[in-house]
Amino acid sequence: MDYVLSLILIVITAIFVNNVVLAQFLGICPFLGVSKKVDTASGMGMAVTAVLVVATIVTYLIQVYVLNAFGLEYLQTIAFILVIAALVQMIEIILKKTMPALYQALGVFLPLITTNCCILGVAILVIQKDYDLLEGVIYALSTGLGFLLAMVLFAGLREQLDLVDVPKSFRGVPIALVTASLLAMAFMGFSGVDGGLKILFGLQ
Amino acid sequence: MNNLKVLVNGIIKENPTFVLLLGMCPTLGTTSSAFNGMSMGLATMCVLILSNFIIALIKNLIPDAVRIPSYIVVIASLVTVLQMVIKAYAPEVDKSLGLFIPLIVVNCIILGRAESFAAKNGAIASIFDGIGIGLGFTIALTCLGAVRELLGTGAIFGVTLWGETYGMLMFVLAPGAFLVLAYLIVLFNKYIKKA
Repeated sequence: MDYVLSLILIVITAIFVNNVVLAQFLGICPFLGVSKKVDTASGMGMAVTAVLVVATIVTYLIQVYVLNAFGLEYLQTIAFILVIAALVQMIEIILKKTMPALYQALGVFLPLITTNCCILGVAILVIQKDYDLLEGVIYALSTGLGFLLAMVLFAGLREQLDLVDVPKSFRGVPIALVTASLLAMAFMGFSGVDGGLKILFGLQ
Repeated sequence: MNNLKVLVNGIIKENPTFVLLLGMCPTLGTTSSAFNGMSMGLATMCVLILSNFIIALIKNLIPDAVRIPSYIVVIASLVTVLQMVIKAYAPEVDKSLGLFIPLIVVNCIILGRAESFAAKNGAIASIFDGIGIGLGFTIALTCLGAVRELLGTGAIFGVTLWGETYGMLMFVLAPGAFLVLAYLIVLFNKYIKKA
């Protein structure tokens, strides 16, 4: 029972309290780059979520059965980034052959994901936090959902921003950053929720 | 003279943070104080100079089809070495930058410069490009960190100016990072880029 509750805690913490973009600053590039429209933003969010889950499983297994087993922990960064790059290519090829509709929707975003730091970041965090495989997968999935949530909210705000008369020096990225700041402030309202839930669930 | 131009170009005209808007994750994530920002900037600069140099030397040996993976391997090896050096000689820096040191690998500035400069120019020019872009990044991160530290805690580089009582904690936390960066870009666009 405690294990299930701790999984729920991981989900809520990763989506709301420690949101990957707005609190941990991972994946800022796509957050600023592909958030002009809600549908592209949600496409990117879903692609990142999918790659995050698969990449976390693969990197976790590599860490446990290859790097730890042979004492090669110092190769972590190189091994992970190569695996992620290869994985993204593979997912792209598989999607193209088996699910052309989904490929049409996500295809453009896939190559961009390799250099998205939230993939490598989450893969390393899962190892650092000593999660087991199930916890790691749940953590990756909810981090992805948190990314999706932030992307969609932000894209919605930016669509509205297009209709507003903005001072010249602020046009483009600066006003988007101010918006992101306000969004981050809103998410700060969740801080402390994880501690409260821990007490409520009796996990301490 | 030409190399000097490359160097200045990296600091002002192609400033990675204020103009190209590359490498935003470490820019926002590690600038809670001026010192943190500066150490992140310097760490990135080291990797950038060495990766530019190595890639400029070996660019003719790499087949075109596998050039991006090869660049990534070079960069990842350099980052691993840097991570070990920082852990050994500056453990406090390692603690405060944490996850963002391995994430230098996916910093788009480094791969971007490898692809757009080092792959087309000689080794010496590439070193200067690395120094220029690296300095531009370091200066930007130090400014951002200094403003956030000053507004958030009333200190710069740990030297107290008016004390924490008058600090606004928000500037050290996540929203402050976005807000200060937005205003610095506006000021840069208005006063420096135009000149």
